[in-house]
Amino acid sequence: MASVPSKLYADDVSLLVVLLDTNPLFWSSSSFSFSLFLSHVLAFLNSILLLNQLNQVVVIATGYNSCDYIYDSSLAANQSVENGRMPVLCANILQKLEEFLLKDEKLGKEESKGRIASSMLSGSLSMALCYIQRVFRSGLLHPQPRILCLQGAPDGPEQYVAVMNAIFSAQRSMVPIDSCYIGEHNSAFLQQASYITNGVYSKPQHLDGLFQYLLTIFATDLHSRSFLQLPKPVGVDFRASCFCHKSTIDLGYVCSVCLSIFCKHHKKCSTCGSVFGQAQSDVASTSDRKRKTPDS
Amino acid sequence: MNNGERMRVNGEREEDEDEDDVDGEGLEAWERSYADERSWESLQEDESGLLRPIDNMILYHAQFRRRLRALAAATNSTTARIQKGLIRYLYIVVDLSRAASEMDYRPSRMAVVAKHVEAFIREFFDQNPLSHIGLMTIKDGVAQCLTELGGSPESHVKALMGKLECSGDASLQNALDLVHEYLTQIPSYGHREVLILYSALSTCDPGDIMETVQNCKKSKIRCSVIGLSAEMFICKHLCQETGGLYSVALDESHFKELLLEHAPPPPAIAEFAIANLIRMGFPQRAAEGSVAICSCHKEVKVGGGYTCPRCKARVCELPTECCICGLTLVSSPHLARSYHHLFPIAPFDEVSSSRQIDPQHRLQKTCFGCQQCILNSGNKSSLYVACPKCKKYFCLDCDIYIHESLHNCPGCESLRHS
Repeated sequence: MASVPSKLYADDVSLLVVLLDTNPLFWSSSSFSFSLFLSHVLAFLNSILLLNQLNQVVVIATGYNSCDYIYDSSLAANQSVENGRMPVLCANILQKLEEFLLKDEKLGKEESKGRIASSMLSGSLSMALCYIQRVFRSGLLHPQPRILCLQGAPDGPEQYVAVMNAIFSAQRSMVPIDSCYIGEHNSAFLQQASYITNGVYSKPQHLDGLFQYLLTIFATDLHSRSFLQLPKPVGVDFRASCFCHKSTIDLGYVCSVCLSIFCKHHKKCSTCGSVFGQAQSDVASTSDRKRKTPDS
Repeated sequence: MNNGERMRVNGEREEDEDEDDVDGEGLEAWERSYADERSWESLQEDESGLLRPIDNMILYHAQFRRRLRALAAATNSTTARIQKGLIRYLYIVVDLSRAASEMDYRPSRMAVVAKHVEAFIREFFDQNPLSHIGLMTIKDGVAQCLTELGGSPESHVKALMGKLECSGDASLQNALDLVHEYLTQIPSYGHREVLILYSALSTCDPGDIMETVQNCKKSKIRCSVIGLSAEMFICKHLCQETGGLYSVALDESHFKELLLEHAPPPPAIAEFAIANLIRMGFPQRAAEGSVAICSCHKEVKVGGGYTCPRCKARVCELPTECCICGLTLVSSPHLARSYHHLFPIAPFDEVSSSRQIDPQHRLQKTCFGCQQCILNSGNKSSLYVACPKCKKYFCLDCDIYIHESLHNCPGCESLRHS
């Protein structure tokens, strides 16, 4: 990033941070093979870099046990032009990806099989946001950053708070989180992430044409987006799930101290330990309102 | 933008009026700009006697760490489980007495207060999405309610910017009495708070103010005061009695800092608010293109509304209270916005440069978060921090970002079973 100030950034220069799901549990069960997926993604990354000379691509792998940076097009090592058959970009990414996958697998050796198949989405999102903050710090002129999640594994409920924290931080710094979900069912995390941060959520119907989906939906810079008809969010589910049974509810009780959600009345909060007063729920809250309404 | 401009115009008019009074002090206009801005304070001398701008980053980071440590100490000493007053009912009392037109803050105290109150209101709702704010002003010895308790930042900011005129004396007692009257009506689980931004150096009261202070204490209203001139006994007494914070601002940036300290929720004190379960609805967003009349504006809206799960009335925005059945309507992201207060990440440990030789950690040369090189040997600012849990290294910028905005440790989050 040392050479950044000398370049002139227009509003159509983008920094694309791609979060690549490498979860072996997902890819082994998927009908779409990982190598095919990679060939689509590599072509997409190449086209992003070709769209504008100043465009920058960073790839972060979202593994099963860890996350790591795989590729950064601004690093000098990745900028050399080679005459070989395979473009430098692909060679570098594939090599780093292999190293990462080996390391990721080693970390999980002690783990017993048959656990939740989620990936470490919260970690890679946090890393991406840290990287983007660094770009923001680099000066007044910087590429427009955005995050693209290429996710296949299902959501991990234990990451809920961390993922939401990352989403709100992205919203604050106006970084859109785009998501392309390859798994079977829709991902509630990514739907919310894209909705809250004004990004695009898409779940391709035909994975054979993944490259086309990527290119038409996610390749355009933020400025040009306003001229395109991009997929609109359909029915983002904002209902909460209760902490006690993890079931989705649309009417529930919330602890006034810690805001934990319960589906029925409890005597004591299981999260923060506060003891609730007498069983006043429906009646009391409406009477409070009644008292309040006349003067409001 | 518009508000800001109007405010500046107001401030300038103020300046012009005051110019005549201040001229008596014997400072010429050109002298005053030096006396007020103190431009020499932003320079320091290095070893060779050259003038350099002060390295703010290190100073800023040290300040940040002090704040973080104080915060961590406060939470550890009370209970193992952190309880915070997340549902707050806060009245902001703005002193618009004669003293608010003083020009020791630029362009005037009033304009500075208004500017930062606007920022504070936005920050407050960002951090406490389910809380309510009301605005009040003191002018001519009388307290006046500017806005009722409400959850919409825009309406408060608009009301405040429209009322920026100052005159007369300030009365602490009248303000407290009025706040007391309003705050006794709120539900028992809510935390009652008053934040007074006091410019005057006196209070002109109709009765015994000590009685009012005791009343506030009895009603469990937490009163905090930020003074703009000098410390006053009665303010200090009020804050001590009711468990609030009293601080006096030194200058504009200090005032901003003091004000923003009130944005995160205070620790919950059991006797201040009774814990309770609140019944809430989580409405679903209506399908795009559906037509309905919203119950809040009584207008026909196409798509994009929410339907109350109990009475099926349509509302435009969340969080709100259903106008028909009074149910509190929120969406799960609103609740999730507050969760980081309950699960804070531990402050990172500072790593001295000598640890670099440690063979175990020598491999990591870049900040784990942003990949910036942290071992720039020539530069003396090669200070960095490590997370006590995952032992990953971070640069100072990431440290601040992680603790102030992200609230996730990227290292811990990218390790399973952290």
